[in-house]
Amino acid sequence: MTATDQSHAPEERAAVPMLDVRDLRVNYRGGGRTVPAVRGVSFTLDRGQTLGVAGESGSGKSTMALSLLRLLPSSAQVTGQVLFEGEDLLTAKWARLRAVRWSAASVVFQGAMSALNPVRTIGEQICEPILLHDKVGQKTARARAAELLDSVGLPSRRLGSYPHEFSGGQRQRIMIAMALACRPDLIIADEPTTALDVMVQAQVLNLLGELVRESGIGVIMISHDLSVLSHMCERLAVMYAGQVAEIGPSKQLITEPRHPYTRALGRAFPTIGDPASRLAPAGLPGDPPTPSELAKLNESRGCAFEPRCPEATDACRTETVELWPSGPGREAACLRVLEGSGA
Amino acid sequence: MSALDTPAGLDVPRHHAFSRFCRAFAKRPAGLAGLGLLVAFGVLALAAPLFIGDDQLNVIKVDGPQLSPPVDGYPLGTDQAGRSVLLLVIWGARESLSIGLIATALTVVLGSTVGLLAGHYQGWIGKILMHVTDWFIALPSLPLAISLSAVLGQGAASITIAIAVTSWTATARLVRAQTLSVEARPFIERAKVLGAGNTQIMIRHVLPNVMPLILVSSTLTVASAILSEATLTFLGLGDPTSVTWGSMLQAAFLGGAVTAGAWWYLMPPGIAILIVVLGFTLVGRAVEHVLNPRMVGR
Amino acid sequence: MKPVLEVRDLMVTYPARRGAAPARAVDGVNLQVGQGEIVALVGESGCGKSTLARALVGLVKPTGGQVLSDGVPLGYSAAALKAYRRHTQLVLQDPGGALNPRQNVFDAVAEGPRLHGLTDRLGERVHTALAKAGLRPPEQFAGRFPHEMSGGQQQRVVIAGALALEPSVIVADEPVASLDASVRGEILKLILELRDSLGLSALVVSHDLGLAWNIADRVAVMYLGRIVETGTVEEVLLRPKHPYTRALLSVLPDSGEPPVLLTGEPPDPTSVPGGCRFHPRCPLRAAEQDSRCDGQDLPVLTGDPSASSLAACHLVQ
Repeated sequence: MTATDQSHAPEERAAVPMLDVRDLRVNYRGGGRTVPAVRGVSFTLDRGQTLGVAGESGSGKSTMALSLLRLLPSSAQVTGQVLFEGEDLLTAKWARLRAVRWSAASVVFQGAMSALNPVRTIGEQICEPILLHDKVGQKTARARAAELLDSVGLPSRRLGSYPHEFSGGQRQRIMIAMALACRPDLIIADEPTTALDVMVQAQVLNLLGELVRESGIGVIMISHDLSVLSHMCERLAVMYAGQVAEIGPSKQLITEPRHPYTRALGRAFPTIGDPASRLAPAGLPGDPPTPSELAKLNESRGCAFEPRCPEATDACRTETVELWPSGPGREAACLRVLEGSGA
Repeated sequence: MSALDTPAGLDVPRHHAFSRFCRAFAKRPAGLAGLGLLVAFGVLALAAPLFIGDDQLNVIKVDGPQLSPPVDGYPLGTDQAGRSVLLLVIWGARESLSIGLIATALTVVLGSTVGLLAGHYQGWIGKILMHVTDWFIALPSLPLAISLSAVLGQGAASITIAIAVTSWTATARLVRAQTLSVEARPFIERAKVLGAGNTQIMIRHVLPNVMPLILVSSTLTVASAILSEATLTFLGLGDPTSVTWGSMLQAAFLGGAVTAGAWWYLMPPGIAILIVVLGFTLVGRAVEHVLNPRMVGR
Repeated sequence: MKPVLEVRDLMVTYPARRGAAPARAVDGVNLQVGQGEIVALVGESGCGKSTLARALVGLVKPTGGQVLSDGVPLGYSAAALKAYRRHTQLVLQDPGGALNPRQNVFDAVAEGPRLHGLTDRLGERVHTALAKAGLRPPEQFAGRFPHEMSGGQQQRVVIAGALALEPSVIVADEPVASLDASVRGEILKLILELRDSLGLSALVVSHDLGLAWNIADRVAVMYLGRIVETGTVEEVLLRPKHPYTRALLSVLPDSGEPPVLLTGEPPDPTSVPGGCRFHPRCPLRAAEQDSRCDGQDLPVLTGDPSASSLAACHLVQ
């Protein structure tokens, strides 16, 4: 999938990328101290491209995604640049940001039940952004809502139903319909299938994949499941301790990871039929850094992954690690990458 | 799961829970003010016998001017028998506070037991207990208290019991609701599989998790118990010989302080009640904020 | 091999709620777990797998059939259940919720031994259990409270609490579903190690077929209260017979096959379809149009562990 997708991109490359994130940092202040959640993340995304962000809890992946549209609580300090169509969203006025949130970029949250208002019909909820933003009549909005529901595989006669009348997978599809309501250019999907069964998850992912292919929407999808992401997205960013550990084309990251953490994550979910993983679950000793450890990391040198790394050397404790090119279109934050290219 | 909630997960060891509680409490000026008021009243009440003797309280032995406004030596004036109102208010704190505290203790014990049992045994035991509770809620509290003291006789004991009998239902309801929510958590299931019986589940797992709530509600119960004490004594159900804030108000009312315009006699016990109730309420609110993690930061 | 834990024709029916029929959560299940064997019970949410796990540890009383421990039917008096619980222990999905926030690690692990009067050299017992669960050195963890530990460590405490009673079987309900990807493998490794070092048997309930591939000897696939396919992991996962198992495997990202997406209403235990209970969603039946599918009930699978694979389907027998 990756190889072909890369080839059709060049004609859009000339212009500014749709989304250009530069040195994004998020700190939470609370209880008299500052806890870093995102520690310098940069990437770009174009129309029709899909980027998967993988990581464990505390890796900062959700914080990073939500900070793009300034959806974080006020205790979060966001610095850096989020250039959307060349405009910095972090410094944009609230009115402008609201307009972007309505029409240009939308979010699919993980908890579909809590994100839907239980006392209003889903028709009303899908129509709301259309009415507010597109300034069309009730009838047009209604027709568009019916169309949207149809496109996510639900009968349009159910516009008058309430959220509790749908199953979990159906509600997640309604969330996607709502995200599509104003024909956005970018969708941020935060763990869109985490609470769903495998069968329903497959349905929702299939749907998202089709919509992206048909409409050329840019998608940032966040998940802890590397295998799901690698099949949904062209490019993959693996986050650890608030930084990108490795970024590049999905297939390559899965088949030949350059960062030991990517390798460990890839092995965590086995491929059925792979004799190497039969009766041999693969894990990684230790735990992701706690908030206070993250605060210390920010001040010290060395690789954040070093304490858990099976291949760590003395240099990993003292050298500053940053993303280095590790192949065409990919980068990894590991000293081994430098060794590999040097030797 | 996301990094969003990590800042709240501060890793402070639990064995410092008490000192952490104190530090958090110290950051709440209103709670500290309330605590200061309560400590002042408590110290005065405890120390009262050191500087107040029988000759200042006994109507026969006192020699002050009768129903006099504040003058030298009597900063809050005197009552119709010539006793210092200031000393009466301080002496009255002893019984008012002790009735309030004992009634609260009874309320908390009775209410928590009923609430815990009703929440744990959701079958017929729980149903019966809740019906009894509902029945007590439906009883009008004042007539019940009056008839109780008629049966038990006048005095502090009957007032304490009357207050406890009429106020335990609120605690019971609260504890039952909290018990239900604790019982639904997975660690109860784990305890059952480890072999815990009903008693062990209630005492080792539910009670410690309900305790903070009981603590908060009891500070508020003390306030209402002191008010009830004043009400019941004012209505003449207390011991006529003892001095409490309620009995002072009653004496002032019966002695014609209102028609005489003797504000110095009526106001001090009223203000004392107000201050103590305010103190308990402020402390209760502060404790609630400190103990309830959902209110942290508000 | 004599099973250490067995269920025969187990039924668990929850009484009807207003307006709805009774829910047949577990509707006739035969299953055996042998000495030192790890069996994975796989299915989607609502298939009855969690209810079955709770029936196995005596938390839910079956409305029909039996739970047998070492061949002896389980009694439901308080004393019989308590005695049974030294033998079979449960590990829950959410370790954060499964630990009392006001108990430290020592008390959480010592709880079982204390309840069973095993207070002789309690400290040693607790430390041994902690060490077995991979919390080494145990002294360093004993005084901690749940909120001071990571999810993986919490799950190890829950497992240590079960091990402190020296059980012969552990029933684990989604033991790694709420854990991080890198920690998942560590906990699964621990379950395998415990089997090897202590001869522990385990029934692991999960929605994740990869977990079965990682640690189980045998696997049972459950759909709507029944086991629809069971056998050795290799046989069931590599050569699935039942169309439901095939569909489940096909939607995995790495399956390499076109995904078979099941349509139709999600399964509802209050209205179990007649005939084969999978027939309204079955892709095979849609293709073959066999009258037995919606007309003829299927027998309950025997759960015979010596058969390499059994499937409850009219069309693949």
